[in-house]
Amino acid sequence: MNSFKKNLLKKRYNAERRFQWYGKIAIGLALSFLAVFMFQIFSKGYSAFQKTWIVTEVHYDKELLLIDAESPSKDDLENADYYDVAYKAMTSLDPGLPEEEDRQLIQMVSYKYEAEVKDLLLKNPDYLGKIVPIKLTASDDVDQVHKGNYPRDIPEEDRRVNDYQLQIYDMLNERGDILSEFNISFFTSPDSREAELAGIASSFMGTVFSILVCLAFSFPVAVLAAIYLEEFAPKNKFTDFIEVNINNLAAVPSIVFGLLGLGVLLAVFNLPRSTPLVGGITLSLMTLPTIIIAARASLKAVPPSIREAALAMGASNMQTTMHHTVPLSMPGTLSGTIIGLAQALGETAPLILIGMVAFVNTIPGTPVDPAASLPVQIYIWSESAERGFVEKVSACIMVLLAFLILMNLAAQIVRHKFEKKWS
Amino acid sequence: MNLILVTFIILLAFTSYYFGRKKALVIQSSQRLTALPKFYGYYLAAWCAAPALIIFALWSVFEPSIVKTFILQDYTDQNLTKNELQLIYTKVKALAAGTYTGNITNFLDESANKYIQLKGIANSAKVAIILAILIFSLSFAYRSVQKNDRMREPVEIFLKWVLFVASLGAVLVTIGIVFSLLFEAIRFFQAVKIFDFIFGTHWYPAKTFVRDGQPDPELMKDAFGAVPLFAGTFFIAFIAMCVAIPIGLLSGIYLSEYAGRGIRKYAKPIIEILAGIPTVVYGFFAALTVGPFVKEIGNAMGLEVSAESALAAGAVMGVMIIPFISSLSDDVMTAVPQNLRDGSYAMGATKSETVKKVIFPAALPGIVGSILLAVSRAVGETMIVVMASGLAANLTMNPLESTSTITAQIVVILIGDQQFGDPKTQSAFALGISLFIVTLLLNVIALSVVKKYREKYE
Repeated sequence: MNSFKKNLLKKRYNAERRFQWYGKIAIGLALSFLAVFMFQIFSKGYSAFQKTWIVTEVHYDKELLLIDAESPSKDDLENADYYDVAYKAMTSLDPGLPEEEDRQLIQMVSYKYEAEVKDLLLKNPDYLGKIVPIKLTASDDVDQVHKGNYPRDIPEEDRRVNDYQLQIYDMLNERGDILSEFNISFFTSPDSREAELAGIASSFMGTVFSILVCLAFSFPVAVLAAIYLEEFAPKNKFTDFIEVNINNLAAVPSIVFGLLGLGVLLAVFNLPRSTPLVGGITLSLMTLPTIIIAARASLKAVPPSIREAALAMGASNMQTTMHHTVPLSMPGTLSGTIIGLAQALGETAPLILIGMVAFVNTIPGTPVDPAASLPVQIYIWSESAERGFVEKVSACIMVLLAFLILMNLAAQIVRHKFEKKWS
Repeated sequence: MNLILVTFIILLAFTSYYFGRKKALVIQSSQRLTALPKFYGYYLAAWCAAPALIIFALWSVFEPSIVKTFILQDYTDQNLTKNELQLIYTKVKALAAGTYTGNITNFLDESANKYIQLKGIANSAKVAIILAILIFSLSFAYRSVQKNDRMREPVEIFLKWVLFVASLGAVLVTIGIVFSLLFEAIRFFQAVKIFDFIFGTHWYPAKTFVRDGQPDPELMKDAFGAVPLFAGTFFIAFIAMCVAIPIGLLSGIYLSEYAGRGIRKYAKPIIEILAGIPTVVYGFFAALTVGPFVKEIGNAMGLEVSAESALAAGAVMGVMIIPFISSLSDDVMTAVPQNLRDGSYAMGATKSETVKKVIFPAALPGIVGSILLAVSRAVGETMIVVMASGLAANLTMNPLESTSTITAQIVVILIGDQQFGDPKTQSAFALGISLFIVTLLLNVIALSVVKKYREKYE
């Protein structure tokens, strides 16, 4: 072999190796995007699962509560005036503070601290007249300081927490009066304008309701349609048209379905705005083609021998389909349905259009109550500037992703566990 | 009321199922049955529920508009426009429901009373008609059960019709989309010339907002030029494809031609996770991490970069689209027949030469199809742009400035309370229909390309 050929061969082999490396780099890039992404979300979001409390002492003074009765009833406690008691509980942290500066202390706890003072007494009526320790929700800013998300060494005017508040915080922290506990209220409370109080309960219920409505509307129609198209439809222009239609529908951008929901469900049928009912129906229109396609594929996968055997035993076409083909195709259909629902779960734009972005601070009990949904909640919170909401958004994303992972796992399990392998 | 009626019909259907089955057993003692006993039940139940529910549905759809024409008949001599009539009707309804807060004129009060009366008549008529239909159809069905007619065939034909109607559902959705978009879009184009919309270069719908009366037609002319949005949409999609095509295609090639079974089994689903992450999450990521990152790098290089740049949105969108291209191109390349590869190897070609000169050209139509599908995805993507690329519609080709897209503008216009009949709201539907047409075209072309390719090797 002469040197020219040798060189050529070497060149070609180098090109081969280079090409392989391009492929590896591409895959590496794709995977590292995913890794960076996950890392970002987790590193920003995990702290949202911790809630910061400030511990102080509260004196349930009958006089300040304006309770006259000797042994007050529940109603008396309910209607008492907690403003002064709560105010004193906070200002007692630094008795030397002049009165006109007291806002600085009050701002260290959430604005609902009065309600927290009230709740403690309502739960323990025997505290009346006593001095008891109480946990108050720290304000968003103190919360962020405690989690180390705010730099402390920048000039005071650039900080959201001033020097005096930091001093109080340090004092409390040294005494062990700043508590950090698992943030249950993130899961149990509805949305709020205050980051420290905001939770995902309302949007979570909204999501659950919309997905259920979506399932109830899309699954039966999609499965029946798939059965017709796969088992009964004659081959003609019209069924071809339906098929093309379904394939194209699967590629229509989701926001167009939002416009459909707005223009038809809200404007023509006058269904209630901002509710999971409308959201669910809109999503079901979107999921319909996905489920039809999955159901058809799994009907197609049932071998013809099953049908032939049933027909040979004297079953009618309908009986063959309903007793044999459809049950055998169910695992594939179900896993396709779950995947379709998982897609619907992450949809945001159509829900925004039908008004599910409204600020909802109650937990919806039925599908016709106004609600948000988890992805929309992410959008709403990400529009807020406070650092506290950044962490909430990330935590909300984690909940959403966990949900999606669970659904996809369920789809996998259904498929692998129950699907019959032919051949 | 409606709920009670529907529950009643459904309960009656269930009872008639059991009744029919029982009847079949009775018949069995004297004659030979024509079908399994349960078909007698199905037959009765279907006759019970189907006609009543169909009439019920039709009634519910048409009742409001009929009541409306009756009410508005009193106003025909007043020369009112359509919108005013609509307003009056809304007032009448609110008054009847007791939620009206404006001042009540005698005429309005009369109409409200008439409305309540009509509603009452309509309701009792509905119940009466449905009961009559139930009695009629059930007695008809019962007679044929008694005569021991063939039972299985009618039931199966009925089921087949149910299946057929379900398959019309998808068509109905398409029709719904087209009509709801067209309806509003046509009204929009009555106010704004279609020429101004397609070729105008200035998009600023907020300008047309006027509290009372009609906006100035001169303003409208200049406010709804969609060229910046079309340009922005394709520009961001282009940036996304610049990221997605090289990475997606190379990973697809590696997965189909080089990767061992183990790598393929794990790498492919992991990459596909990228497509399963909700877009709002990408939007958050783009706005919070990538946007500032791009800005920092740009500033370090002495460039003027907006925090909400087209580049950030496009790049993140590209990452989202990678799996569409990688998985689909992997599939089409795996589908290229092995003998083409073998032929190439036999000629002494290396693997990469085979890929570049044989497999890639053979799979090209499929790959083009997958890329077109990905483009249609990128064009229809909403949340990433809304959150990461600003909302001002700049006509720019600078990836470091912020631009807006069709989808993002739809969201901007329709977020919050909408007023139907306002050209601003209608413009969103006009945008929607152009988006629908673009994605539909892309999709039809992509599917036909892929189909042709499949036929070639099957």
